[in-house]
Amino acid sequence: MPIIRAEGLTKTYRVADKQPGLRGTLRHFFARRSREVPAVKDVSFSIEAGEIVGFLGPNGAGKTTTLKMLSGLIHPTAGTVEVAGHVPYRRQGNFLRSISLVMGQKQQLIWDLPPLDSLRVNAAVYGLDDARAKRRITELAEMLELGDELSRPVRKLSLGERMKAELLAALLHRPSVLFLDEPTLGLDVNAQARVRDFLADINRRTGTTVLLTSHYMGDITALCPRVLLIHQGHLFHDGPLDELTERLAPCREVRLELKDPAPAEAFAGYGAVESCQGHQVRLLIPRDRLTAAVARLLADFAVVDLEVSEPPVEELIGRLFRQGVVA
Amino acid sequence: MSRSPLVHGLRVARALFTSQYALMLEYRAEIALWALSGVLPLIMLGVWNGSGAGADAGLSPLQLGRYFLAAFVVRQFTIVWVIQAFEEDNLQGRLSPYLLQPLPPLWRYLAAHLAEQVTRLPFVVVILALVALVLPGTLWWPSPLSFLLAVVATHLVFLLRFLIQSLITMACFWSERAAALERLQMIPYLFLSGLVAPLETFPEGMRALAFATPFPWMIWFPARLLSGGEVDVAAGFGALLAWIALLLPLTLLLWKAGIRRYSAMGA
Repeated sequence: MPIIRAEGLTKTYRVADKQPGLRGTLRHFFARRSREVPAVKDVSFSIEAGEIVGFLGPNGAGKTTTLKMLSGLIHPTAGTVEVAGHVPYRRQGNFLRSISLVMGQKQQLIWDLPPLDSLRVNAAVYGLDDARAKRRITELAEMLELGDELSRPVRKLSLGERMKAELLAALLHRPSVLFLDEPTLGLDVNAQARVRDFLADINRRTGTTVLLTSHYMGDITALCPRVLLIHQGHLFHDGPLDELTERLAPCREVRLELKDPAPAEAFAGYGAVESCQGHQVRLLIPRDRLTAAVARLLADFAVVDLEVSEPPVEELIGRLFRQGVVA
Repeated sequence: MSRSPLVHGLRVARALFTSQYALMLEYRAEIALWALSGVLPLIMLGVWNGSGAGADAGLSPLQLGRYFLAAFVVRQFTIVWVIQAFEEDNLQGRLSPYLLQPLPPLWRYLAAHLAEQVTRLPFVVVILALVALVLPGTLWWPSPLSFLLAVVATHLVFLLRFLIQSLITMACFWSERAAALERLQMIPYLFLSGLVAPLETFPEGMRALAFATPFPWMIWFPARLLSGGEVDVAAGFGALLAWIALLLPLTLLLWKAGIRRYSAMGA
């Protein structure tokens, strides 16, 4: 039986509609107008207990709105949703004790106190006695490689340390479902890797179901055998990551810094020229031709620097939609 | 898991209070300034002492002095700022994590206020000691009964003011700037509570109007209790309890409606 089930999930926001300028301001003051903006449209999926599922999509696609509906923060406009046997927006105590939501840009830890103070409050709120709370804090801190950081004010912690402490706070009560919204946003590569390792570890050890949104393809690649791709509120893909990667990222991005500027036409034979401005060139080259193309580029041009990466997932998805591959 | 709801509640209360107290100690300089900024009754004491107008209302300079000192103390322990804290949490997105914990967020604000009062206590004592140096003879020892009644009344006033502000705070769910509404109720609070003048000095009609509102019970009543003045104890406590009984269910109802709207509109 699935632990998360969404059927025809829909959310429409009402937003103020104001024209710019003094006239628009006065009109808005006396006769406020609003319009409806659909954020999520008829999305259906189910997730089994213990799965790690990646939620992909560009900005404004409806990922966070869906997470908020699943966690009970907002009501769906239409459709049904069930998480851990509960209707989330009723926010019953048993439901709240079985979930946790971590938002990369928002925090639950008290800013001016060490994380341990917030953890003590969480332990009491979730009904953990002192011994059990201490045991869990020690165990999670070890997994997250947190030590003295738990005794330093949150404001003195680095972004990575803060996120790890947030994860500790979110998992202290052992939720069966963990919702993560951009948990690695702004973290450096090492911190991202540590957070990913931890999430994989906690899933393996406790069977926690994880639904995570991320802009970083690396998070999804490392953690999620299954992905949901959402765009403009619609669910376009629900399946293994490999299938999606094949559709999304058949190319690699190659960035070149040249000693001498060259025209865009000079690179036409190597791949798709995304941009060519003076010394800086950005190309998209199919994976199967990457090695050969890079070798030729190095041989044919005076290259100062060369970087190969996966294009940002947002860009890939955008291109995919522009090309009508997903429609 | 905790064995009973009472034990669980006490553990949560202790954890909330101790963490909030630790937080308030971080802000001790700010709290000292807040305590200093609440000296309006002491300024009014100077004004009234100079004018001699208290005599018309049958209040001697000593009674007036003690009344305003008592008003200062009551005011210090009934200051409520839930609206500012809630509005900031709402705008900064901190409300969402609170709403996902099995504890109504109002308890956090209540604990923060109580912790702030404990932090404020030494600063109030220092200010009173300074007043004793400047105006010898003004300070007095209230009788144990007056003191006890004043303490209970002050706590009830705090609860009443907390409920009134929480009620206005619920407007945050409909308007992002509900603090403006709070400023509006500050005007009748200042004038009708007895902060700037004891109610004995009000014209008859004005006094009757004031007593139809909750404001006189918020400063005048506990200040009269503390300063040893004549006051109808039963009427005062009755009024406080009646206002609390009226506002408590209203606050809880609006809180539920507000959360529903917050959820419907988008957190």
